[in-house]
Amino acid sequence: MKEKPIITAEEAIAMIKDGDTLMVSGFMGVGTPAGLMKALGESGRKDLTLICSDNGLFLGDESAATGVAPNVLKKQFKKYIASHIGLNKETQRQMLSGEAEVELVPQGTLAERIRSGGTGLGGFLTPTGVGTAVQEGKQVINVEGKDYLLELPLKSDYTLIRAAKADKAGNLTYSASARNFAPLMAMAGETVIVEADEIVEIGTLDPETVVTPGIFVHYIVQRGEA
Amino acid sequence: MFEYKEDKTKIAKRIARIFKDGDYVNLGIGLPTLVGNYVPEDVHIVLQSENGFLGLGEAPGEENFNPDIVNAGGVPCTIIEGACFFDSATSFGIIRGGHLDYTVLGVLEADQEGNLANYMIPGKMVPGMGGAMDLLTGAKKVIAATVHFDKKGNSKMVHSCSLPLTAKGEVDIIVTDLGMFEVKEGNFILKEYFAPATPEWIVENTRGNIVIDPECREFKF
Repeated sequence: MKEKPIITAEEAIAMIKDGDTLMVSGFMGVGTPAGLMKALGESGRKDLTLICSDNGLFLGDESAATGVAPNVLKKQFKKYIASHIGLNKETQRQMLSGEAEVELVPQGTLAERIRSGGTGLGGFLTPTGVGTAVQEGKQVINVEGKDYLLELPLKSDYTLIRAAKADKAGNLTYSASARNFAPLMAMAGETVIVEADEIVEIGTLDPETVVTPGIFVHYIVQRGEA
Repeated sequence: MFEYKEDKTKIAKRIARIFKDGDYVNLGIGLPTLVGNYVPEDVHIVLQSENGFLGLGEAPGEENFNPDIVNAGGVPCTIIEGACFFDSATSFGIIRGGHLDYTVLGVLEADQEGNLANYMIPGKMVPGMGGAMDLLTGAKKVIAATVHFDKKGNSKMVHSCSLPLTAKGEVDIIVTDLGMFEVKEGNFILKEYFAPATPEWIVENTRGNIVIDPECREFKF
């Protein structure tokens, strides 16, 4: 089986251009590809759109910032698509001052929009958000007497995810609740870069335990190398 | 006449007695999380954590701390025997697909039509809805957990929510520190009261249409 290139975090980030759309895995920092995000922070890339569950934790102490919060503090994003930004004061500030746009999406809708983007669907119908502010500007479709919102797919130019193990063919396993959005984002990225805690030889992962098939993965970065 | 004193423990204790052995439950962040502390020993429920697992356990000690296991608030936790992990789409498939028996969520305002507002105060607090909209929409039964009054002394139960809704018409049960209500056909139906409050005092001090159930009784803690 053909091996996927193993590159450094810096080489990975060098592919990204200003203005690109990124998907970044993680839930409050758990499952965030920290080495890639550190390299992104050092790269000075800007005007990016970030699709991420949340904006990590930043309540005023920069040294305690988690997840994508250090990148938010470096003002690398012009738009955030997230389900929760309440634990990042800097995102709140950027939103209120108009420096960045925030699109709040119910967490389940966010997951499914990403899955739709990665699985060739033109969107999906969900009852979540009917009769709320989330409905604004969306098509309401009635199916068998019940109202649903048409939600559209999301895709990324680059998906950055963390895995527990990657074999050299790009097959991935995850660690506990660090899995969260990563398997979905892996399907929805034009280019998918995985930061793995451990890189192993092809044939050493039990095929029954692989969560993300290597077909979705383009580059592998060793965690901790950044 | 009695003097009202906020009592979150009563709310958590009453809700914990609603569940049956084998129920699958999602507890929201804050007050709903307290419910987990009071589930009777002979009732085994499975807690779902919307960031991707079933079988949420207690807070970890030094020996079983795993940085990759956190609850929906991002706080380190443990899993129980028989737990399993899954991705966010599966997690919300469980939620939206109607597979959870109960979800317990906090309240800014809850109205007599079953509408709930709990995720933002325009111009003041815009944290985002997280998983709350999906949980309200998808769980078989929605329990709203709240202290009876806001800081100004007004009941958090209202005729009609003024804040942006988290979901429309989804609340089934409201448990406050004064009693338990069923939300049905445009009414709050008082099913139980918690002494020293009386049904009459609750009716007088609560906004919205309240009906005292003919079988309304005192719940003994």
